[in-house]
Amino acid sequence: MKKQVKMREQDAKERSKNFKEVPYGYSKEEAIEEASRCLQCKNAPCVTGCPVEIDIPAFINAIKEEKFEEAISIILKTSTLPAVCGRVCPQEDQCEEKCVLLKTGSPINIGGLERFAADYEREVAKALEKKIRSIEGTKEKVAVIGSGPAGLTCAADLAKMGYKVTIFEGLHKPGGVLTYGIPEFRLPKDIVVREVDDMKLLGVELKYNYLIGRIKKIDDLRKDGFKAFFIASGAGLPYFMGIPGENLSGVYSANEFLTRVNLMKAYRFPEYDTPVNIGRKVAVVGAGNVAMDAARCALRLGAEKVYIVYRRTEEEMPARIDEIHHAQEEGIEFHLLTSPIEIVGDDEGNIVKLICLKNELGEPDDSGRRRPVAIEGSEFELEMDTVICAIGNGPNPLLLDTIEGLELNKWGNIAADEDGRTSVKDIFAGGDIVTGAATVIAAMGAGKHAAKTINSFLSSETEK
Amino acid sequence: MHKIVTRKQLNPEICLVEFEAKDLALAAKAGQFVILRIDEEGERFPLTIYDFDAGKGTVTVVCQAVGVSTKKLCALEEGDAILDVAGPLGHATSTKDIGKVICIGGGVGTAEAYPIARAMKEAGNDVTVIIGARNRELVICEDEIKEFCDKVYVTTDDGSYGEKGFVTDVLKDLIAKEKYDLVFAIGPAIMMKMVAEMTRPDKIKTLVSLNSIMIDGTGMCGCCRVQEDGKTKFACVDGPEFDGHLVDFEDLMTRGARYSEKEKKAMDHYGGKCKIGLDKKD
Repeated sequence: MKKQVKMREQDAKERSKNFKEVPYGYSKEEAIEEASRCLQCKNAPCVTGCPVEIDIPAFINAIKEEKFEEAISIILKTSTLPAVCGRVCPQEDQCEEKCVLLKTGSPINIGGLERFAADYEREVAKALEKKIRSIEGTKEKVAVIGSGPAGLTCAADLAKMGYKVTIFEGLHKPGGVLTYGIPEFRLPKDIVVREVDDMKLLGVELKYNYLIGRIKKIDDLRKDGFKAFFIASGAGLPYFMGIPGENLSGVYSANEFLTRVNLMKAYRFPEYDTPVNIGRKVAVVGAGNVAMDAARCALRLGAEKVYIVYRRTEEEMPARIDEIHHAQEEGIEFHLLTSPIEIVGDDEGNIVKLICLKNELGEPDDSGRRRPVAIEGSEFELEMDTVICAIGNGPNPLLLDTIEGLELNKWGNIAADEDGRTSVKDIFAGGDIVTGAATVIAAMGAGKHAAKTINSFLSSETEK
Repeated sequence: MHKIVTRKQLNPEICLVEFEAKDLALAAKAGQFVILRIDEEGERFPLTIYDFDAGKGTVTVVCQAVGVSTKKLCALEEGDAILDVAGPLGHATSTKDIGKVICIGGGVGTAEAYPIARAMKEAGNDVTVIIGARNRELVICEDEIKEFCDKVYVTTDDGSYGEKGFVTDVLKDLIAKEKYDLVFAIGPAIMMKMVAEMTRPDKIKTLVSLNSIMIDGTGMCGCCRVQEDGKTKFACVDGPEFDGHLVDFEDLMTRGARYSEKEKKAMDHYGGKCKIGLDKKD
């Protein structure tokens, strides 16, 4: 059995100084070679691992037969953002985890092939684009709140069903976390722009700088004729650690740091007006994908030393293995089994050092992962200029507080079922605002389900 | 895009900009703010809403040209457009059944005190306004405030107009003579701190409106975090008004200065790139 065709990528040393995309993507020949390894299993276990149920064997077969346009058409039947998903989905926990070839240690690089098909369409098959004619919805008006992966997917599906969809986005650019959170080197922003432009061809209207809950409430939108609402406002309330020194000038939430760098392009300061202070030594607290993104951005902004500070071990890290490897290759150092307990500053509010405790692993907690237990007397100090908290986000209450009758769960997220129904008849919800911080593809899956539910809700309302 | 319909130079540093924003004008209330982004390279920065006209569909802000973003805004002319405006953000000022109120505006903060004082008056409260400025030339909004308020005091640092001294000198006399229910202060952090210290002994409720550095203005990034009573609050969604007796002003001032070096660099870049507008004075 042939091994997986390795995707070429930018040299680690070189890329740690720029914001260009890290993996280059497959060439035509490489993609065909990788596609040819697929066993085309009849029961297609990979599909069961895909939250949006892409017909994976079919699109891979099309690539093998050099029918690239057909490949992307197959993907687009069920997915809205293939160029995005091919890059940022955790395939190793989804489709690729179910691949029969995993046993041989070399599953099909399904994500790489998806990316190839999507990029091929983007760069080569412009003709295909024209097939998606601008359509105007004839059915009811639906409001989608938030233009992240859940919102975009739901909007696209509803538009294809003939609804008049308006997306209300609070920021000045579309994409939600795809734009403000995920850095350019992992997801080039022109890809997001392009996927959103496709959305406009479907007749979806986008309103920017339009914060529902402030400029208008759901009730106002009802008066404007909207018949159903999909809330996909994301996980937008950063958690801090609650330790002394967190208000010092060099302490950022990962949201702030990444928003400055990605959305506001602080990496191109002073050409762009938004600054970011980085210093020589940077600690990123946490070990999820957001933490890896922040650490790798800090490195690219010129920090001499960047540390990941994580309270458990590498095994428990929530980040994708690829991202952990990328970070390690680029020279990011990991302080594992380490918990910060205080950030110490000088008289001017600058960070001087980070005081930490060493941990050992105890009994498993609710998440099934072993709980870190502080070792007495293990206190140690790290000289530091910048600390970035990447320990997660809660639900942003700004919109939720303005909706009467909307039930929340004990974490403050919207209480919604798998199909996106909430306690309010015409309001549906999905993505991080329901689940808490999760993945792009899970949010897309939620957007897809909600679109179906909204369709059946509006169809039955019409019959009445 | 938001077309500028009126632009006035209020003094050598401060300009007034009225722009089209239909839905925003309908929703806006006194005490709220907007986040602006002037052009594609621009920062997102907050400005208090000075006025709004639902009929005309316009919102007005008053801006002091101190950094790149505010200079960019002040360099725009009638007919030009602002790229992005988001809002209204933050909580509106609560004006119901308050009683006797003193509103204090320092420098450009006078323009921010104006809508609050007006809303207080419209809600039937007894309103006194104290305006503070460095000198006569820098006093703004006096006539506008006098239109609805007959108790207006002006102080200048150099005594070139009104009473010589600081807003706190007038405040001291006022609270010594009469009982007030609320003091509302908007201006430089140091002024707000001095006001809060002056009202603390008599426990006069004192609100301050904080103008922290912000990015999204929706509670998403935590850039604007302030300390109130030892707790971390976000100025954008929990504020912008906070209890002046509980705010940690030292923290506010330190955090407010954390990009001062970068701001200089940005100004050098802006100055080198764009000579026009830097010395713009009507």
